[in-house]
Amino acid sequence: MSKLITVSPSPHMYGGDNVKKLMYGVVLALLPAFLVSVYFFGIGALIVTAVSVVSCVGFEYLIQKHLMKTTPTITDGSAAVTGLLLAFNLPTNLPVWIILIGALVAIGVGKMSFGGLGNNPFNPALVGRIFLLISFPVQMTSFPKPIVSRTQYTDAVTGATPLEIIKEGISEGIPLSELMGQIPGYFDLFIGRMHGSMGEIGALALIIGGIYLLARKIITWHIPVSILSTIIVFTGILWAANPEANADPMFHILSGGIMLGAIYMATDYATSPMTPKGMWIYGIGIGVITVTIRVWGAYPEGVAFSILIMNAFVPIINKYIKPKRFGEEVKNG
Amino acid sequence: MLKTFPKGGIHPAEHKITAGKPTETLPVPKTAVIPLSQHLGAPSTPVVKKGDMVKAGQLIAKSSAFVSANIHSSVSGKVTKIDNVIDTSGYRQPAVIIEVEGDEWDEKIDPGKTLKKEITISGEEIRKRTEEAGIVGLGGATFPSHIKLSVPKGKKAEVLIINGAECEPYLTADHRLMLEKGDELMVGITLLMKALGVEKAMIGIENNKPDAVDHLTSLAVNYKGISVHALKVMYPQGAEKQLIKSLINREVPSGALPIEVGTVVHNVGTAVAVYEAVQKNKPLFERVVTVSGKSLKNPGNFLVRIGTPVSELIEAAGGMPEDTGKIINGGPMMGKALNTTEAPVAKGTSGILVFPASDSKREEVQKCIRCAKCVSICPMGLEPYLLNAASEREMWEIVETDRVLDCMECGSCSYICPSRLPLLDYIRLGKSTVSKIIRSRKQ
Repeated sequence: MSKLITVSPSPHMYGGDNVKKLMYGVVLALLPAFLVSVYFFGIGALIVTAVSVVSCVGFEYLIQKHLMKTTPTITDGSAAVTGLLLAFNLPTNLPVWIILIGALVAIGVGKMSFGGLGNNPFNPALVGRIFLLISFPVQMTSFPKPIVSRTQYTDAVTGATPLEIIKEGISEGIPLSELMGQIPGYFDLFIGRMHGSMGEIGALALIIGGIYLLARKIITWHIPVSILSTIIVFTGILWAANPEANADPMFHILSGGIMLGAIYMATDYATSPMTPKGMWIYGIGIGVITVTIRVWGAYPEGVAFSILIMNAFVPIINKYIKPKRFGEEVKNG
Repeated sequence: MLKTFPKGGIHPAEHKITAGKPTETLPVPKTAVIPLSQHLGAPSTPVVKKGDMVKAGQLIAKSSAFVSANIHSSVSGKVTKIDNVIDTSGYRQPAVIIEVEGDEWDEKIDPGKTLKKEITISGEEIRKRTEEAGIVGLGGATFPSHIKLSVPKGKKAEVLIINGAECEPYLTADHRLMLEKGDELMVGITLLMKALGVEKAMIGIENNKPDAVDHLTSLAVNYKGISVHALKVMYPQGAEKQLIKSLINREVPSGALPIEVGTVVHNVGTAVAVYEAVQKNKPLFERVVTVSGKSLKNPGNFLVRIGTPVSELIEAAGGMPEDTGKIINGGPMMGKALNTTEAPVAKGTSGILVFPASDSKREEVQKCIRCAKCVSICPMGLEPYLLNAASEREMWEIVETDRVLDCMECGSCSYICPSRLPLLDYIRLGKSTVSKIIRSRKQ
């Protein structure tokens, strides 16, 4: 035969997904929530997102090219996802220079110092967020008022998030029934009309994106469902025990960063477990720690901390929690 | 709800472009090259020598060990040499080469097409005829079938499972056989049931072949104990352990055979071969082969004599396309790429796929992003990413304890990996190394 043919081991057919498609799938899934943020926070949402995405991609490029001396892989979309998720975790009145610091910590410390995509033990966007929260507590906890601050950036009118109002109030001994009057109604929480980080508002839009991620098989249901159900059960018990001192489960899942965390942050590939059983343990851990921080901790919100804490357990979960092997239960039969 | 196995699996594009093509009989080749190693186990010992005249169906090599099989001539003519030739394995192996003259069949063979339904011989005789006829598993594994018909002491077969899943993309040989030789299949199954002493047989067919399901269901009413089951289209539905799980919800333990859970699995092609061997006295010397590929002019299903060069099959399918980049013996998921089109068709050749160059090269490999897709699709419940990484780093203890030997090499992990990691390549390395380690430990 005159022509050369390829000889390679099976399989000879491949699925349609690649890293780039998965990453841009996440970007697409975040689009509805982004539009909601732009609707409520206007110009601030646009600036924060643009700065965060561009700086994350830029830092990754610079670090890979000049420090690691490798071919930059920014086109795989993972730095853009980190940038987008970092933006979603920031208030929309955050000055540019603080965002740049956050992006550098997220990409430089959170991701590249461990070797880049797939090797990082902690969610890079959350590493950036927590670094900023601890370093710039004032700027990181002043949240613009929705709608009225559309045309303002750093000069936006700010206020407290529903979680802050409830936490503050309960610690001062104000009954919950009174506090609930000071926060937006559940429908407003559901669509996103509230003070909060840019992308954590708008449960509805986040759920729509989540359904897309599930349908495209970019994530599985295990992590979001285990986190949300743990939070519902845990806060449900507290609420049933003392409804005047503890908010109901609906309030908990609609406020703060739970939807964003459960669907988009905790499901980050490199920092979450590999098996369904492992994902349940991880999700339950996140749920329990989140509620513990919210109810008894110093911070009103605990999603970011709880995900980072459970990230630390992922290697040990992967080591000891094995998938159910085929033919296992009758091994010695 | 269609029956299926509960853990893992993928759904590759089916590409069953030859499903509607009735089986054509390919002309007898001018020279037949019949390899002596067409089955799992020891190569057969030739019983003919250079210069001998043989007829189609005549024994030319006999089984040489417990796990081995007889081989018969597929043509009539003169043995010109016994030599090493490159076969479908890609290696040079001994083969009997026959210069064809005419097409004379052994006179014991009944060449007629009339269905012979009544079974006159005992189960033991059925097993013996299967052995004599050199029948091996025609699904691709080529394990000598007669061995699976003798149930080991202390074990009991309760149900015979017939594999008509044909879960590999492109392949349609079994599909056509079920449509065109339904009655022969049913008699063959009845023979296998008698040999095993079971009252019940279940045929599992993936639901992308509804015509085969309907046809066999309507035939099954005339045969005692045979039932037909449509299965969910999910690769690897036709893998032995997965098929057993789907049909009778039993899991074959790690390292054990199906008889451990009271069943024996045979392919539909094997059952038809048993019919021909027992009822028509015809040894296994021809089989249906799907010849397919996106660029072929005339892809189809062909009844081919064993020993026909692959090049003649490609000729029959319209000739080698200009853009050819790879030729595969078997399906795209588990088949083996050929290194020459002169390799002869063997008993286990279920398909010849001609892939265009654009589908023949692997894509660039990226780092593992730990997406866990390989873990979620592995039908054996393994962690391909871990076996891959541990094999790459030669951490054989981890490879062994994380059960690399359970892997059946279905290729689902490499298929799904978004980073295009050659997971199965490293897992194969792990399997062979761990096997060696275990063997040296026993010594």
